[in-house]
Amino acid sequence: MTDARAIDTVYRQDSRRVFATLVRLLGDFDRAEEALQDAFRAALEQWPETGVPANPVAWLVSTGRFKAIDRLRRERRFVALDAIEEPAAPPPDDDDEHGVLHDDRLRLIFTCCHPGLGDAARTALTLREVCGLTTEAIARAFLQPAPTVAQRIVRAKHKIRAAGIPYEVPAAAELPARLASVLRVIYLVFNEGYSASAGEHHLRADLTDEAIRLARLLVELLPEAEVVGLLALMLLHASRQGARTDAQGDLVPLEAQDRTRWRSGQIDEGLRLVERALALPRWGSYALQAAIAAVHVEAPSHEETDWAQITGLYEVLWRVEPSPVVELNRAVAIAMRDGPATGLALVDALLARGELATYHLAHAARADLCRRSGCVQEAMAAYRTALTLTPQAPERRYLERRLREMEAAVTG
Amino acid sequence: MKYLCLIYLSEANWHSCPDETCAQYYEEVLKSGMLLAAEPLHAIDTATTVRVRNGEVLVTDGPFAETKELLAGFYLLDARDLNEALRVAAGIPPARYGSVEVRPVRELMLGGASAGGAT
Repeated sequence: MTDARAIDTVYRQDSRRVFATLVRLLGDFDRAEEALQDAFRAALEQWPETGVPANPVAWLVSTGRFKAIDRLRRERRFVALDAIEEPAAPPPDDDDEHGVLHDDRLRLIFTCCHPGLGDAARTALTLREVCGLTTEAIARAFLQPAPTVAQRIVRAKHKIRAAGIPYEVPAAAELPARLASVLRVIYLVFNEGYSASAGEHHLRADLTDEAIRLARLLVELLPEAEVVGLLALMLLHASRQGARTDAQGDLVPLEAQDRTRWRSGQIDEGLRLVERALALPRWGSYALQAAIAAVHVEAPSHEETDWAQITGLYEVLWRVEPSPVVELNRAVAIAMRDGPATGLALVDALLARGELATYHLAHAARADLCRRSGCVQEAMAAYRTALTLTPQAPERRYLERRLREMEAAVTG
Repeated sequence: MKYLCLIYLSEANWHSCPDETCAQYYEEVLKSGMLLAAEPLHAIDTATTVRVRNGEVLVTDGPFAETKELLAGFYLLDARDLNEALRVAAGIPPARYGSVEVRPVRELMLGGASAGGAT
């Protein structure tokens, strides 16, 4: 391998790891980024002559730190009131190196996903600093102007500095709440990519991959049940990605998907991870949602799905996370188990409570259950209500198609 | 770092938290060594506002805030970082009835150079 290629490989595999440690040593994101670039520039100059060092990560960290101190000294000449602290020295003993570097990556994740930052800031900052995506790539993926994303990242870094958000893994007592914030960011990133319509898909599929990569890293660093559960959930969803839209980019519902197009590699890994998550203490809503997705992918067909088990899992999920959306999904599962009339009564009772009145999927579910019960007029009315509330183009096309089919059946 | 924890309560909840509970927590934070100051405030109808416009001092009754939650007290802390400040803030008893806003204290920028270092 040539040295240039060696440096390229190290950059792709380890640059964020080096960055994470430099943030701890230098106490600042921007200084760490500068030091990282300086260190790689030095590697490009020196490695062709000296060869690749035995431990490139350690070499880059110590070179980056040295360059940063150099910069600080130069800046000092221009700063009259010197309050800049000397960066902390790296750990003296390399035996402990793996543990410290391991924690640096976790520190970086927890800092970027701190609940004191808004959702949009957390996702942008995590993709930028933990995953190493460029601001332009993040902007393209989120369909936002690059200056908006850049400004969001700058503001987030300013808040980290000014408000004193620490670079640390939270203490055990705070870990569950803080971990929930990290998992939420990962799942937001995933859904942003997963719910993309076919036209924009090539721009955004990266996000599902990035989310899965992040979750893998987190499983490695902090193998809690919910972390494992989230990775399983995302893999099982992603396994169906190719079958979710047809050649025209239209949405294909679960019951009509060609199951041979589901990706078996992701399914196998997802199923193994579900079992692992449920065997660990403190599993919660991600592990349960993954278990539900697992029952779906294990079924040979929609009709042969184990609806009793899915209903049971939704019962447990509802106890963990008593939200009306979970109730809606449970009602749909009950309809599959006990027939559409039972499900319809539950959905109607739920809609009557008002919380889901403007949720398009509640009306779409009602429309579907009416159709299956043979109540044509009611079904068409519900499809129309759902359409007025649905923003996404593929979902709109799906509902419009269903509505047209029914109208044709009525008039024909 | 210094943090100011601003306690906000709606008028309906102004006295929901017994003074004994508040005093107990005050003692607790005092013992931790992080406390610089903490005081509860009288209700908004006792407030007087001062403005200076064109060198003239204007004094008015109020403010008649339109917001639902009003400033009811504060804790000034010297904490290691935001996480430590948030832990203390979460323990302030009125947090259960209203909200606590945690703001880092800013240093004045004097003499053209930043006293805060890397800003």
